[in-house]
Amino acid sequence: MDIPSSTTSPTSPPPRHDVKPSQVTPKRAARGATRPGDRIFLGLSRGSGIALLVIMAAIAAFLTYRAALALSDNTGNFLTTFEWDPAGTATNGKPYFGIAVLVFGTVVSSIIALVIAVPIAIGIALFISHYAPRRLATPIAFVIDLLAAVPSIVYGLWGALVVAPNLTGLYSWLDDYFGWTGIFSYQGGAPRSLMTVGILLAIMILPIITNVSREVFLQVPKMHEEAALALGATRWETIRMSVLPFARSGVISASMLGLGRALGETIAVATVLSPSFVINASVLDFGGGTFAQNIASKFNEATEYGRDALIASGLVLFVITLLVNGAARLIIARRKEYSGANA
Amino acid sequence: MKLQRKNRLRALSLGAIAVSGALALTACGSDDTSGGSGGSGEKTNANANIKCDDAKGQLAASGSSAQKNAIDAWRKVYSTACKDVQLNYNPTGSGAGITAFMQGQTAFAGSDSALKPEEIEASKKVCKNSQAIDLPMVGGPIAVGYNVPGVDNLVLDAATLAKIFDDKIKTWDDEAIQKLNPDAKLPGTKIQAFHRSDESGTTDNFTKYLKGAAPSAWSHEPGKSWQAKGGQSANGSSGVAGQVKQTEGAISYFELSYASDGINTVDLKTDAKEPVKATVDNASKAISEAKVVGKGKDLALELNYKPTAEGAYPITLVTYEVLCEKGNKAETLAATKSFLTYIASEDGQNVLKENDYAPIPAEIISKVRTTVAGLS
Repeated sequence: MDIPSSTTSPTSPPPRHDVKPSQVTPKRAARGATRPGDRIFLGLSRGSGIALLVIMAAIAAFLTYRAALALSDNTGNFLTTFEWDPAGTATNGKPYFGIAVLVFGTVVSSIIALVIAVPIAIGIALFISHYAPRRLATPIAFVIDLLAAVPSIVYGLWGALVVAPNLTGLYSWLDDYFGWTGIFSYQGGAPRSLMTVGILLAIMILPIITNVSREVFLQVPKMHEEAALALGATRWETIRMSVLPFARSGVISASMLGLGRALGETIAVATVLSPSFVINASVLDFGGGTFAQNIASKFNEATEYGRDALIASGLVLFVITLLVNGAARLIIARRKEYSGANA
Repeated sequence: MKLQRKNRLRALSLGAIAVSGALALTACGSDDTSGGSGGSGEKTNANANIKCDDAKGQLAASGSSAQKNAIDAWRKVYSTACKDVQLNYNPTGSGAGITAFMQGQTAFAGSDSALKPEEIEASKKVCKNSQAIDLPMVGGPIAVGYNVPGVDNLVLDAATLAKIFDDKIKTWDDEAIQKLNPDAKLPGTKIQAFHRSDESGTTDNFTKYLKGAAPSAWSHEPGKSWQAKGGQSANGSSGVAGQVKQTEGAISYFELSYASDGINTVDLKTDAKEPVKATVDNASKAISEAKVVGKGKDLALELNYKPTAEGAYPITLVTYEVLCEKGNKAETLAATKSFLTYIASEDGQNVLKENDYAPIPAEIISKVRTTVAGLS
């Protein structure tokens, strides 16, 4: 059996308890393409596949071309410079910019988001799929979908006006007990830091991870669970022994989908973060920045060249996202044999 | 059996909390988006002496967001008189506005700063056989808002402001501030200086002021993006104004209209005897000391950041309309001329005051009128 997770989308219908995946293999469908309907459908689906590749190639080509224009004139080191000044305001018109701060900010805020969101999402998904009675599971699933439908600018405003001002207490507490680590030291100041961004991103990626995980949990063969129960396992033990191992790769790919969204989130981050081109050891202090946030903040007033510089940073984000997705594929491929799906 | 029921009950209540929580969340969200507009509730004199001539059609413009409210107010009056013209001003920011104009997408651009020499050179392409010019149309004070509980009046001078925003003065009870405010009870709170995280003409003009009025205290180059290290930031004028409102010890700069709901603004100690309040009239007084530095029909201004006149507030922003001196697109020329004639007229400039903007002083605006009349 194939791993179903990669094909389920967050908008898929609420829990289907008894529907089994179809047994038709794609090979048979393709070979039988002799009637016009089949041929048209084959053409359409092949066209969609090709269109996707063409679009991706076009985006990559555009990014690379414009980025090359910007990078050839950059007097700073693109990878290590802690500055974003393509207009050369401080250097007599010589462009001077780099992405070090943006890489750091993007990766750190996304990791924080995953660390917070994944356990909660798994909890919600397990609750819906294994604990909640049916009449409760459906509304909860609906509410999770609703969470995904909230536009990110609304999350941003909510984060900036409601969440951030109320985090001061938590940050002071973290500083008191964990300040010695350096990661959680807090200087005071408005709590508009990478941590705040991470918390907000966690809420934003919760629905996608939850929905995909839930679908995967529902695909666990009933036989596995019943076998565990028959051996005298409690409900938690059943989940630990049969559900989680089976669903592991699915949950990982769900998390990667979430990570993709976290990496690219733009306007919510731009609204909540207090960006500056410095790297703080502490995630609680203001400062830092992410790729998408930086592009959103600088784009409007940027000159032609400044825009190319922003596009160059966009290219890096593109590459990072590609790497993350590749890594996720690798993990999933390796886990496949251990997932118990073949049993 | 009992145990199971208990579990179910617990599950049910947990679920209920989740549902109601999420619903509340989305409800909050939709409130936030609807409350964005406002600040342009002016009294419209039904008929100002607006000449429509044969102007009609779409009039597209884009640029500076600082003059958006002014354009909105003008459009309300103008569109009642000239119903055939559909003005569409897109506040994309000055940089994007100038780019759109250079590519011939818009009839004119709004800009917070005058064109650079290379931009004028580049404009020769879109303005066949001519070049782009700057017409000052809207002035405005940039207020410095602060949030220090118990301090309703605060006087600062350029050097102190520069040190505050450069992270050199760190607490509100610093000697330099106390000296300017002998009677105020200043707390020992940390100063939290906010600047704009996006590139902005407001930042450009504010840092130009700091550099112009206190060059020894402000060593950074003025520019649309914040050059100093340190300090916190937020997105957009409403973003920084919001931070000042909710953060104790905060200070930031924004157009005066954002200070209207309950934010205290700093009185500036200039070379005049009395500290100057950030008001529209005081800004006009300072702008009237500006020199025209543009060549030919170009009316780019150079502001005087060290006024000695009583009641002249020197942190100001002048925004321009940028268009071709000659060689404007034929299909929008009539509408452009008609609209610009209106906004440069006395009626048009009077609308500004009702919207927290400062009118352009008489001497300069009369030159603008002559130039607009000669556009082709």
